[in-house]
Amino acid sequence: MAKLFAVTIFVIAIASAVPILMHTWPMPVDISTHGPLIDEQMADTMAEAGIAFLAAQIILAFFIWKFSGRPKDAKIGHFPGGAMALVIAAFLLVGTEVLALGVFGTKAWAAVYFTPPAADSMPIQVQAGQFAFYFRYPGPDGKFGTIHPDKIDEGNQNFFGLDPANDPAAKDDIVTAEMAMPVNKEVHLLMHSKDLGHSFYVRELRVQQDFVPGLDLSLHFTANKIGKYEIVCTQLCGLGHYNMKAYLEVMSQTDFDSWLKQQAANQ
Amino acid sequence: MHDMSAHAAQHHAPTSFIRKYIFSLDHKVIGKQYYGLALIAVYIGMAISWLMRFHLAWTNARIPGLQWLSSVGAPGGLMTPEYYLELMTMHGTIMVFFVLTTAPFAGFGNFFLPIQVGAEDMPFPRFNMMSFWITFVAFCVLMSAFFVGDGPPLSGWTAYAPLSAVGAIAGPGQGTGQVLWAISIALFCVGQLLGSLNFITTTLDLRTKGMTLMRMPLTVWAWFITSCMGLTAFAVLLPACILLILDHVAGTSFFIASGLVINDKMLPHSGGSTLLWQHLFWFFGHPEVYIAIVPGVGIVSHVLITNMRRPLLSHKVMIGCMGALAFLSYMVYGHHMFVSGMNPFSGLVFSFPTLVITIPATIIVLIWIFSLYGSKLRINSASLFALGFISMFVSGGVSGFFLAQPSLDIYLHATYFVVGHFHMVMAVAALFGIFTGTYFWFPKMTGHMMNESLGKLHFWLTFVGTYAIFMPFHYLGMAGNVRRYQAFVDDYMQPLLGVHKFITIAALLTGAAQLIFLYNLIHSRFRGAPAPPNPWEATSLEWTMPSPPPFDNFGGKHPVVYHDPYQYGIEGSSNDYVMQDSPEQIHTVRDEK
Amino acid sequence: MKTGYKYKLAALFSAFLLLALGVMILGQNVDAAPPSGGSVAGTVKLDGTAPHERSIDMSKEPSCAKEHASNPVKVESVVVGSNGGLQNVVVYVSQGLSGNEANSTQMQTWDQKGCQYIPHVIALNPGQHFKVVNSDQTSHNIHPQPKNNSEWNKSQPPGSQPFDVTWANPEVAINVKCNIHPWMHGYMAVVKGPYSVSDNSGAFKLEGLAPGSYTLTAWQEEYGTQTQKVTVAAGKPAAVNFTFKAK
Repeated sequence: MAKLFAVTIFVIAIASAVPILMHTWPMPVDISTHGPLIDEQMADTMAEAGIAFLAAQIILAFFIWKFSGRPKDAKIGHFPGGAMALVIAAFLLVGTEVLALGVFGTKAWAAVYFTPPAADSMPIQVQAGQFAFYFRYPGPDGKFGTIHPDKIDEGNQNFFGLDPANDPAAKDDIVTAEMAMPVNKEVHLLMHSKDLGHSFYVRELRVQQDFVPGLDLSLHFTANKIGKYEIVCTQLCGLGHYNMKAYLEVMSQTDFDSWLKQQAANQ
Repeated sequence: MHDMSAHAAQHHAPTSFIRKYIFSLDHKVIGKQYYGLALIAVYIGMAISWLMRFHLAWTNARIPGLQWLSSVGAPGGLMTPEYYLELMTMHGTIMVFFVLTTAPFAGFGNFFLPIQVGAEDMPFPRFNMMSFWITFVAFCVLMSAFFVGDGPPLSGWTAYAPLSAVGAIAGPGQGTGQVLWAISIALFCVGQLLGSLNFITTTLDLRTKGMTLMRMPLTVWAWFITSCMGLTAFAVLLPACILLILDHVAGTSFFIASGLVINDKMLPHSGGSTLLWQHLFWFFGHPEVYIAIVPGVGIVSHVLITNMRRPLLSHKVMIGCMGALAFLSYMVYGHHMFVSGMNPFSGLVFSFPTLVITIPATIIVLIWIFSLYGSKLRINSASLFALGFISMFVSGGVSGFFLAQPSLDIYLHATYFVVGHFHMVMAVAALFGIFTGTYFWFPKMTGHMMNESLGKLHFWLTFVGTYAIFMPFHYLGMAGNVRRYQAFVDDYMQPLLGVHKFITIAALLTGAAQLIFLYNLIHSRFRGAPAPPNPWEATSLEWTMPSPPPFDNFGGKHPVVYHDPYQYGIEGSSNDYVMQDSPEQIHTVRDEK
Repeated sequence: MKTGYKYKLAALFSAFLLLALGVMILGQNVDAAPPSGGSVAGTVKLDGTAPHERSIDMSKEPSCAKEHASNPVKVESVVVGSNGGLQNVVVYVSQGLSGNEANSTQMQTWDQKGCQYIPHVIALNPGQHFKVVNSDQTSHNIHPQPKNNSEWNKSQPPGSQPFDVTWANPEVAINVKCNIHPWMHGYMAVVKGPYSVSDNSGAFKLEGLAPGSYTLTAWQEEYGTQTQKVTVAAGKPAAVNFTFKAK
């Protein structure tokens, strides 16, 4: 039975690696400017984790095969170097590997969080609330009107609680249910929550950030590929969490301009 | 080192049924009670997971009879979105608290810790009895949430605020259900604190003559280290739960910010912090996952050594690594909060100890694997599960490489990759630890042998089955499949539905295999072959006594310990092993340098 | 004795038949008194320009968005039809009812279709049953928010059986929303006595009123209420018109 177990471990290890090596269920193609750093980090980690995984499982299987069913009078052998060799190996191999990953990974993290948004980035506000995302563009005046939570009236499409009658800055704000952005232009996404914790996740953009009630958070990113993508909520927010999403359309500048005009007409 | 065993509480052998089996002060009965509670909890938790998996694979199908469990949650057998989340919350809560924290630690620990150090019981048997019954009441309070008007909470076992704090306005189950959850967990904390007190004092004060700290078996070290974690971690969760209850019933705003609008109502709260709950919860939550796994590490070491017929390459290094895991576990909790809105610099700070904790974990695995080298490995149900633990711990552990890095967590957070990681490295591995302990210690606890063929069959189906279930979770995560969804309606998740169906079928089959274990347990308890005192030819003190042990363990005597715990492969001895209390003079097998 | 047994059996069987018949007869629903006496009819109009109603973007729910691809749905707060007729106005008797009016037993339907509530406004008597139906491919979570009645909140996955609901107390009007689809809104007005919801031309008709004097109230979700007094005579329908002023 020991040999069968050893073979089973071996087969499971190889079988587990196959879908990764064959890219059966791959990450989607990256469409962001900071994404390549993340993807490179992911590939490096996959290689190192994969080697560690396969090595450990195969050696385990090999030793189970070799050292079971030995005769009763067999001598106990000792791995050369003993525990000290293993401790040193762990520090050298695993220790340096994880530190390297940590140090190089800082660059990818910094690209997202430690660089300020560009001066000419386009501000878009997103509000998350059970169970939809709504977006707001500042309009020609470039200013966002004040939000009055007590004026929120979803039945009448006033999702942000704007008061255009009394607030000039709010008059030209454009509220939409889809997010559109021009390709190759940095967007500064201003995030707040209407009610509970939510999260903004677009796989292709390699961005994910929670909405925290009470905090105004922001992200900035640039998309470099035209297309239609999905923004999904990834922070459990209640029964409709699975159905909380919005489409993100990355468009050419001209298409974006006409889209925005169309949306403005519907306010 | 003085002999403190005289100070263990003296109590006479119980005579009444209630004193013997219900309100017992005997640590062995209490251990079995904890194990029994975990056994009930795990089958409930597993049944819930079948309902969840079925719904994920066939979302719009009726589950016949489900409406009897909840007519509101599943009218006509069609599971509503909120009921899925409620089941998910209960699944996680039941499994993490009432199975993984209960069986390996409170179950086996209570039974064997005093025996393995040579004590006749724990120093505070009344606290010990109370700790079980408080845990039992906590379980009943949790289960009662199924029967309250609106149902159990739907906020997950992590109960993030403000969803968990604002009350029924946030969704079904968030009123009474959430308060019952918080009361249950608060009670659970109290039970664990009392238990940890007993474990620590037993280990430090009640060791018998000759039982130095270095002569304690690795299981005792594991339970001792776990209870140190328990004392500090549960001491933080308890006030967090109390604050949560206050937000519900006393109108406080600990976790609720101002200006929130839910269901067209502006909430009156102000001044609270959403992230405060996450910090408190994960400060507990990360040590908690090590509380779940370290006893299993101890049990696997203990059982593997017996079945390899040699000690580990280094006893001291194994102890040091378990201690390092416990110590580092307090420094890593922020890795659950990389994208939470926490200061991104903090994210970096948390990621380094998270990466560093791989080192002691790796050393533990390497010591196990390379102790196999040159050993005389015996294959039986217990050793199969111990070896399976190693394989599973490796598989679950390497996905940690990814999640430890904040830049990769941007992509992988809240996907099935995380769910696969913690199920493999914690849930399945710890479960294998429980199975290892069961197959190994059942003869000692009950006086009967388990059926070895059924045990091996159970192993094969479970080993292959759990890989079939949880390995695909990682592929789903890499494709961006989000977790905690009751259905996959998004465009990009449609191609992944086939994987979910495969997982569900694997889960149902593997679940069915667990009935073999249950049958084996019950049948062997009553009809199993009588167990000799030392069926595995093992060395620690539990094998010096009859199976099952008498009420006062050592018959009123204090055993004397002469040897290190794992004297196997002895040259020039009559057997290939020497028991700890044997006066036989031997050349001690020691750590390799 | 055998013959005696047969007679006993026959007697028992007949008694049982009679009992069953009695139960069937008594179990019949008593319909509301057939329309007798008078009625009131009229139109509700909007004076002024209707506000610009926005199109509803349902893109987050593709199965519903598809249904409206060529004809987007608009917000239904103010729906003005032909000749300035105001739709979805609830007209009911606020004063003058004797209190003996039987409640309607007609089974109305509140349908969730294309991620809209159809109808947008419904009127009911207290205790009158209505069916809540989900005709869509997606789950809806129907959440009425009453002030005088018990609040409830239930999910209806696709393929569910309809819910059978009643409201116990009069209330004008209960706001209904869907938790999952924030744009879905509707109203349920629970009133005593005859009621009518105006159609696209603004026309309404109240029937079954005994001759006498009444006060009628018209309720519109944006513009509030208006009242008018009316005298109903037997045979001839009385005429009442309402006009709401646009804001």
